[in-house]
Amino acid sequence: MRSNPFVQTTLQQEQEMLAAVEAASIDELFSQQVPKKLLNPQGMALEQPLSEPELTRRLRDLVSADIPSTRRISFLGGGCYDHFIPAAVESLASRSEFVTAYTPYQPEASQGTLQAFFEYQTLMARLYAMEASNASLYDGASALGEAVFLALGVHPDRRRVVLPMTLHPQYRQVVKSYIQHLDVEVIEIPFRDGVTDYDALKQVVTLQPAAIVSTQPNYFGCLEDVDRFCAAARECGALFIAVADPFSLGLIRPPGEYGADIAVGEGQPLGLRQYWGGETLGIFTSRKEFLRRMPGRLVGLTRDRNGKRGFVLTLQTREQHIRREKATSNICTNHALNALRATIHLALLGPFGLRVLARRCARNLAYFRKCLLEQAPHALAFSAPAFRETVVRLKTDAREACARLFQRGFYAGIPLRDLGADFENLLLVAVTEKRTDDEIEAFVAALKQEGLV
Amino acid sequence: MRFSKTHEWARSEGEVVVVGITEYAVEQLNKEIVFVELPPVGKTIKQGETFGVVEAVKTAADLYAPLSGTVEEINSVVSEEPSLLAQDPVNSGWLIKIRPSQPAEWDALLTAEQYKKLLEEEGHH
Amino acid sequence: MSNDDQKMTTMTGFGLGEVPTLFEESVSGRQGVSLPPETPDTENLVTSLIPPSHIRRVPLSLPELSEFQVVRHFTRLSQRTLSVDNTFYPLGSCTMKYNPKLNEAIAASDNFAGSHPSQPEESLQGLLAIYYQLSQWLGALTGLPGVSLQPAAGAHGEFTALLVAKAYFRDRGEVQRLQVLVPDTAHGTNPASATRCGMEPIALTSKNGKLDPTELKHHLSERTACLMITNPNTLGLFEEEILEISALVHEVGALVYLDGANFNALVGRVRPADFGADLMHINLHKTFSVPHGSGGPGSGPICVRETLAPYLPVPIVEMRDGQFRLRSDRPKSIGKVRTFFGNIPAVVRAWAYIAQLGLEGLREVSGHAVLNANYLLKLLAQYYDVPYGPRCMHEFVIDGTRQKKSGVKALDIAKKLLDFGFHPPTTYFPLIVPEALMIEPTETENKETLEAFARAMIEIAKLAVDNPSAVTSAPEHTPVSRLDELSAARNPIVTWPEL
Repeated sequence: MRSNPFVQTTLQQEQEMLAAVEAASIDELFSQQVPKKLLNPQGMALEQPLSEPELTRRLRDLVSADIPSTRRISFLGGGCYDHFIPAAVESLASRSEFVTAYTPYQPEASQGTLQAFFEYQTLMARLYAMEASNASLYDGASALGEAVFLALGVHPDRRRVVLPMTLHPQYRQVVKSYIQHLDVEVIEIPFRDGVTDYDALKQVVTLQPAAIVSTQPNYFGCLEDVDRFCAAARECGALFIAVADPFSLGLIRPPGEYGADIAVGEGQPLGLRQYWGGETLGIFTSRKEFLRRMPGRLVGLTRDRNGKRGFVLTLQTREQHIRREKATSNICTNHALNALRATIHLALLGPFGLRVLARRCARNLAYFRKCLLEQAPHALAFSAPAFRETVVRLKTDAREACARLFQRGFYAGIPLRDLGADFENLLLVAVTEKRTDDEIEAFVAALKQEGLV
Repeated sequence: MRFSKTHEWARSEGEVVVVGITEYAVEQLNKEIVFVELPPVGKTIKQGETFGVVEAVKTAADLYAPLSGTVEEINSVVSEEPSLLAQDPVNSGWLIKIRPSQPAEWDALLTAEQYKKLLEEEGHH
Repeated sequence: MSNDDQKMTTMTGFGLGEVPTLFEESVSGRQGVSLPPETPDTENLVTSLIPPSHIRRVPLSLPELSEFQVVRHFTRLSQRTLSVDNTFYPLGSCTMKYNPKLNEAIAASDNFAGSHPSQPEESLQGLLAIYYQLSQWLGALTGLPGVSLQPAAGAHGEFTALLVAKAYFRDRGEVQRLQVLVPDTAHGTNPASATRCGMEPIALTSKNGKLDPTELKHHLSERTACLMITNPNTLGLFEEEILEISALVHEVGALVYLDGANFNALVGRVRPADFGADLMHINLHKTFSVPHGSGGPGSGPICVRETLAPYLPVPIVEMRDGQFRLRSDRPKSIGKVRTFFGNIPAVVRAWAYIAQLGLEGLREVSGHAVLNANYLLKLLAQYYDVPYGPRCMHEFVIDGTRQKKSGVKALDIAKKLLDFGFHPPTTYFPLIVPEALMIEPTETENKETLEAFARAMIEIAKLAVDNPSAVTSAPEHTPVSRLDELSAARNPIVTWPEL
């Protein structure tokens, strides 16, 4: 038997094939082409191969002590959420035709995935109330990085970009890494009471930025006055880039309604699982004007030779495989399977389902805040309108509090101490539609009983 | 009419020079031109540097200035209806008019004879 | 075998009927999911939290469909999609190998799917162990011990690694190193990634399909940041002068970047560090059998030499006293290139794959990839031009110039293969072969399939002479025939119009 169960060539066939190519052995095929001193080095330490039942057992032993958030009552958020996913999403998205195909380079053989991406583009454009969407990028943060690149390309003479400090800290880091070598200055707008300091925002218009970025809701869950971002961008001719959570758009104003030129977001809340933050979807939508500057794949509607409707990858000259160093981006894939999940998810929910879930989520957060304020009138760090998340002010260090609440069966939230010394006692709490009233009440009771609020 | 090695043509019309791309260049793009990007009027361009892009379905070609100068006029009909370029690249499919700043550069461009020879050397007809 | 019995065994029947879009199938009043009724306090609570000025006014015009409709819709779309699980898919450079089902089952576990990125490390020691162990294994297989699993795809890995290289040079005060030398056979992502990092790509002309040290020397200077090389290259040739090439690059103080797209030809047999690579990316979705998912999510970890490790993205996973910890306090790090820690389902699958194969199984990956490619090349060599041969590594390029004389282009050959039920090879790449068909059979295909594919290719070569229009009119047995890409690009329609 072979060590590799996925090699089908029998030993007999191997001999026949070697004879046909006139080589004595597979090793010889290598030694004919690769300098011998490079071949078969010592010291590549791997483990002994495991058979299927052995590997299954090894895995069970390895992870049996892990406690995924779904096995406790979880209030963890911060960019990765535990939302409801209908069973049909998994069932359809795991069909192996979708899972094992490649990018639809041959449209005649890929009408299924092409149509699904076209539907995805339409759904995202409608959800964000924008004119166009690409077929997806890696994640929300890198989608923002790409949007900033686009803006800098539109305004080659401008070398500043404005980010609010209420934007997810990792998004801010990613934008900075994306442009760190481009001689571009990032201007960060401070915040007051959990929302952007709009007076500070007004100041930046004189600096001629290429782009002004807003976030809705912001990292603290607070809803920002996004119209002020749009006004600032219009005043100085900067591109207005809106980061918006797609799930919230079942209830909250979409970027197209408040004047965004480009709108991006993280698609994880649309039918993707948490996976330690590793099942992501970069949503990228824009006004039609920027279609030819868009990064990533784009699917278009057309007809075949017989007049039948069909779908193709279009505007490909933007892309790296044609334009090489002049491409709009280096991206050559999308997060196709994750985009497919979001498409199926939205098709199942429909407009009312998404709205019902978003309202339920908002209702649950409001209920949590109500219960909390009844127990501790000053426990909310910020009183601004919010969606899905809120910041709780504790009496002790938030990390320590989390450890105690974990003992009581809760993943309590995300300690915000990384944001600064003032934040040591602050805890970011996410309440999705999946939390029940019993869970919310028990959580508030635990906060009280532990003397944390 | 003169030519560049990168398959642009240039035609002198009084004080300006009209610039476009050759039949051969259009053929190289399978005549499937979908998009033309031209510089703004008033822009200064330098000989040999790119001044725009012509895109086909699966290829794109940079446009190189045959002469240095200022962009006097652009053919907006072509940018709106790129198929025109494929149909008639040397007349109605012209791209830009340049007011030359270095008239001597004209002499360094290829004559029709030289350009024909270049195409033959490249193994085409 | 006759033509007919090979035709489209996978895509006939239901796959042929047009599937209306979700928007056409929508019927007002339907919903594909059952949800609990709203609680009576909802309106008051929502209003107390969110004032009307924040509420959506633009109608949410999503389609209204039942669950059954959605199931049928996507099932039918899946039947209009050719994939590795239904046919041979020799797409060169993409490594469309079989994706083991065990890996799918393992990755689907709620242990991973239910984990949140802000859980404390103590609650995720198993997942962290897998993450750590995969990093260690990739380090061992490449000889480059500094590993980041964060990049989301190969191109993202290139971008991240170039940022690492830039940070390294900046730290050494060599900010002038901005040139990236890229052979003309390279993937388009290489120059695009270089531009993306504010670097300057310079194309190197190949000689006999390989990198020419003289040409390289001509471009190397104190301004060179790195050489980006693919080895084996996209022609399927091992750069046999790689040791000399690396020495030349290192002599001027520059780095050798390996595009690891073709690492599946070397895995378990050659360590890139041994031929001078300083940093590289690996496509877990190629070499390590993570499925391509119709174009992603992939995963493009980067592996770097010890001296470059301090610049890797944060956080990294460390093991101390048997405990796994995330470390973010790395002052020289380039920061983050995405949120969180990487495409975790891909990481888990790749871990499971290596755990199941071990070193010997991985040697069979590269060994049989190379054997299969050479065998298929041998079967086709008489019928098509072979610009570079007779030996190849894991893939090879044939040239359809002979067929073009009768009007049959590489594109036509590709389309005709669809009528035989095969996914075509990569066409028109690398750019230095005019009618390129780039074929990568992978190690997971059997001899019978290779021979069936060769018969189809030979049949097409004969048709190209005897009846060219039978090839140029292909495909006929697919859900649609050739599509009008010209009008799609001239007047792009990228969303379904709203009523």
